[in-house]
Amino acid sequence: MLRLLGARLLTMVPLLLVVSFLIYGLIALVPGGPETALAGSNPTPEKLAMVREQLGLNEPFLVQYWNWFSAAVQGDLGKSFVNGQSVWSAIAGGFPVTLSLVILTLLIAAVLGLGLGLAAALRPGSWIDRTATVIASLFMSLPYFWVGMMLVLVFAIDLRVLPAIGYVPFAQSPTDWFLHLITPAFALAIVPVAVVARQTRAAVTGVMTEDYVRTAEAKGLRPVRLVGKHVLKNAAVPVVTAFGVEANRLIGATVVMEQLFALPGVGKLTYFSVFSRDFPMVQGILLITAILIMFVNLAVDLSYGYFNPKIKAT
Amino acid sequence: MTGTEPSGSLLSIEDLRIDFVTDRGWVNVLNGVSFDIGKNEIVVLVGESGSGKTVTSLSVLGLVPRAHSRKTSGHIWYDGKDLTELPIGELRDIRGNEISMIFQEPMTSLNPAFTVGDQIAEAYRRHRGGKKKAALARAAEMLDLVGIPNAAARLRDYPHEFSGGMRQRAMIAMALICEPRLLIADEPTTALDVTVQAQIVELLIRLRDETGCGILFITHDLGVVAELADKVVVMYAGEVVETSVARDLYIQPKHPYTEGLLAAMPQQGVRGEELPTIPGRTPEPWSMPSGCRFGPRCSHAVEECGKAVIPLSVVDNGRSCRCCRSGDLALGGVR
Repeated sequence: MLRLLGARLLTMVPLLLVVSFLIYGLIALVPGGPETALAGSNPTPEKLAMVREQLGLNEPFLVQYWNWFSAAVQGDLGKSFVNGQSVWSAIAGGFPVTLSLVILTLLIAAVLGLGLGLAAALRPGSWIDRTATVIASLFMSLPYFWVGMMLVLVFAIDLRVLPAIGYVPFAQSPTDWFLHLITPAFALAIVPVAVVARQTRAAVTGVMTEDYVRTAEAKGLRPVRLVGKHVLKNAAVPVVTAFGVEANRLIGATVVMEQLFALPGVGKLTYFSVFSRDFPMVQGILLITAILIMFVNLAVDLSYGYFNPKIKAT
Repeated sequence: MTGTEPSGSLLSIEDLRIDFVTDRGWVNVLNGVSFDIGKNEIVVLVGESGSGKTVTSLSVLGLVPRAHSRKTSGHIWYDGKDLTELPIGELRDIRGNEISMIFQEPMTSLNPAFTVGDQIAEAYRRHRGGKKKAALARAAEMLDLVGIPNAAARLRDYPHEFSGGMRQRAMIAMALICEPRLLIADEPTTALDVTVQAQIVELLIRLRDETGCGILFITHDLGVVAELADKVVVMYAGEVVETSVARDLYIQPKHPYTEGLLAAMPQQGVRGEELPTIPGRTPEPWSMPSGCRFGPRCSHAVEECGKAVIPLSVVDNGRSCRCCRSGDLALGGVR
């Protein structure tokens, strides 16, 4: 297991090089370049040239990239064009908010998705199965930001039981933290719930017909242990895969959701940075996001070896 | 609940009728199956695919899919209880504990996601409780008993690290860990190599002698079980057509279908000649012939065979046979 982990971490290094190159390259291709963002509203050619010189933009592209990347590796992602704040500390400041939102969303997706999928799979053709299928199809086809707005309309404006916007840190008040996040998290969770429910239903229905489930039944196992142990572990691979895909997709969806709910997270920072042409900030956020996604995928891959011991052997 | 338990036997199946739901509606798959298994006795249930032998064996532990089947009559008596009417919770306490089962496909009957030791020990802990460590020690004893070398180390292996024959041994170890009074073996040798088949049969005989459990052995091949069987029950198209002490049945079958099965054993073939086969195939449950169900395939059939339902009747020394000509036919057994 440790050797596998080490090998997989090593293969991430070249991947990271390629991804960081693409991130830096794409941003540099944006017309106008960083100097127009920095030189003010009425730039003279002299001022532009001066800014270019300051930023090192007259160096060859590869040298620019290497300067940025080697600094990034040492933890220096540069400074914001907009307010001079360190990119690293800006991301670190918004990270707990986004992480809270993503974790809560994934929890909802896991509980509701697994619950719906299991309930449907254990009674195929029943009203529970049909209801779960309808709910999954419905959730799949609703835009999450629209769901977010509707939830605000109902729970914040009409019923006044939940706050409409804003964020309270967990350390300050866990209850308020939860109340502020539950609406956006639920809205973000609808698609993952549907995807996880469908995958769970399909996987569990398939496993239930396996010979080894009959063996477990012939041993006298009760349903909770039969399903909880013998069925779920075998059904886990497609479900965990879907879960990983949804987790990665969520990182993008938080950009819209944090804007909608005025959550001071990395998503909101991304939105603001893109519109204010804050190049170092956008590059830093993309790099950190790419690394996070690599780690999510690594975790999913490593879980396969646990759920299916045959994979470990090959 | 009607009827009473016959005394002296370990398990007694009595007039069991089961229907399955199909695209054509409910069809009858077991039509009044009756036979007994004595304590410490090995009963071989033999028949072609579709004869109902697997459904019979699965019914004992209530493993026939409930949503697709229904019992229309009959009892399975065990220890004063009718297993077919027992609440599912009580039945689960019997499964794997007093009555165990092993299956045809050792390759798929073990869970690939858990170690062999875990799966064997699980059966023990379910019924006997105790610490996992003690159950694993007991599992190692069982693996050793079924002839797996270096048993304690092999507990940590996953099923894919075992060969087919070893997996079937592991299944047997799992089934016997709670010292059941009856082991149901549903074609346990069919998926194995011929050499391994003989080893498994020998193992089952030895385990019966050592543990004293009764065995219901289901097979389609009378050759494999010749040395194993105390009693043979022959099934055809959802009915028992002949029951007999094994030796008598091999020497002189009473039912033409049994004669056909014996003649089709590869051991009976004459070098250079084609093996004899029974013409035609088992009728589908929705198109059963009237009268004797084997009639259309039987070389001894007369007009009378197609007229009325033939009852299972007692012929000499406790044998029974479902054939209206059993009195006047002299059929050939094994040579």
